[in-house]
Amino acid sequence: MMTGLVHRSPIPGFGLSAGVTLTMLSVVVLIPIGALFLEGFSAGIPTLIDTINTGRVRAALYLSFRLSVIAACVNLVFGLVLAWVLTRYDFPGRRILDAAVDLPFALPTAVAGIALTALYAPNGAFGALFKDLGIKIAYTQWGILIALIFVGLPFVTRTVQPVVEEIEREVEEASATLGASRAYTIRRVILPLLMPAALTGFGLSLARAVGEYGSVIFIAGNLPMKTEIAPLLIVIKLEEYNDPGAAAIGLAMLAISFGMLFLINLVQVFSRRRIGHV
Amino acid sequence: MSDTTFRPVTTETPLTRVVLILVSMAFLGLLVAAPLITVFAEALAEGAGAALESLSHPEAQDAIRLTLIVAAVSVPLNAVFGVAAAWLITKFQFRGKAVLLTLIDIPFSVSPVVAGLCIILTFGANSWVGSWLVAHGFPVVFALPGIILASMFVTFPFVAREIIPVMIEQGKTEEEAALTLGASGWRVFFTVTLPNIRWALLYGVLLCNARAMGEFGAVAVVSGKIRGLTATMPISIEMLYNEYQSVAAFAMAAVLALLALVTLALKTLLEWRYADQLAANRRH
Repeated sequence: MMTGLVHRSPIPGFGLSAGVTLTMLSVVVLIPIGALFLEGFSAGIPTLIDTINTGRVRAALYLSFRLSVIAACVNLVFGLVLAWVLTRYDFPGRRILDAAVDLPFALPTAVAGIALTALYAPNGAFGALFKDLGIKIAYTQWGILIALIFVGLPFVTRTVQPVVEEIEREVEEASATLGASRAYTIRRVILPLLMPAALTGFGLSLARAVGEYGSVIFIAGNLPMKTEIAPLLIVIKLEEYNDPGAAAIGLAMLAISFGMLFLINLVQVFSRRRIGHV
Repeated sequence: MSDTTFRPVTTETPLTRVVLILVSMAFLGLLVAAPLITVFAEALAEGAGAALESLSHPEAQDAIRLTLIVAAVSVPLNAVFGVAAAWLITKFQFRGKAVLLTLIDIPFSVSPVVAGLCIILTFGANSWVGSWLVAHGFPVVFALPGIILASMFVTFPFVAREIIPVMIEQGKTEEEAALTLGASGWRVFFTVTLPNIRWALLYGVLLCNARAMGEFGAVAVVSGKIRGLTATMPISIEMLYNEYQSVAAFAMAAVLALLALVTLALKTLLEWRYADQLAANRRH
């Protein structure tokens, strides 16, 4: 069976494992995604573009991607700091801090959503502080940004940490004996070593933020054109029984997020080539 | 003699270190610790009795039962998929392996809402498959099968991702030795492969379960939010919250937060105790 495609192996179970894998992959993931493409393109490409190219959809897509990029940048900076602090420094509470980084993975998004809203609403503990300063966080774009930073928080730290562990002290010592200051060593020796992993984390954080729904809708306020994210607009279209409209926005989100991941992969290939294989 | 005189060249000044540690603590405190404390504080705002009473409400009980059923079906199915996919990918050479790996990872980069949308478009009453299923008395969307499918979609790569690296690392010599000694394929799997991957498998199942029980976006789209029938725990949190039943919403949220804390504790324990038997690149 399938000679030429498969190298003969003495290990049994090729047929069974291939059958289970491909059947489940098809039923759960591939056929449903295929259905999205069928529905999206069913009315023709001009209709698809017209659906996406309305003010409300454009505003939602722009809001989702703009805030996701900002959130991923914030997580890139703090993720690098956290990875460094948690790997290199020893201080009381380090283990707890390390475990806390994973909480956004483990905490259900709806739970995070109502908790962040209670905290940052005008009558909440933090919201009241900001209210005195004249800043409104919940039910504005600031609130969405906080929720997106929360869900993307673990990615950069977790991808960079193993790389920090593997950095050989010798390269840092060599840099120092050659007269480089600590800041110069960090900027020119350490950061380039961490960059490919940090970019992977940035991409994962971005992809997660773009599609995030549960933690955002409670804190967003959901005003059309202002604080309405793209995934919410899909839910609204579905509630209006507008399947083609929902499919069109879904396709646009897929296209933009795969495009962004592709760009990040390209940057990564170039940065790897520049500093050698890490 | 100041401390800085003998500071090793491979570390920062004490001041920089303290500042960086404080920044990390403040960042995690504001974004992670504070929301977690808020969940429990809001749940207990009217006392433990009120929180427990809201959880014993029949609708709350239905939500908890439904979430347990969804996890009990979708997690083992994903574990079977993960093991089958890992066996296929690590024990055989075939064309298209890289494509297969990419396809398995797709759910990581798809929004949960889009995942739910895909399930609706495939199995909804307007679709070709869905109308046939409804006609034969087996509705998928706005019913249990749809919720299970949506949960499976968002957790699909979890188990496979954990065990594939471990199985690659272990190679196939042990399995081949067992086969030459006359063991059957299933015997090789249960006595050689499974003991080697059991902790990685458990780790994947743990993450898969936490996500399946807490999934909101994908389930919100396919569930139809029918009280007592298709409202899982996260969905009922949303419904209670929108009805301004704060204590009930946060009490349910506290149960899920406890589940998250237990998951984290078990995960940390596994990482600490069996680090060598988990995937080296387990952190994702």
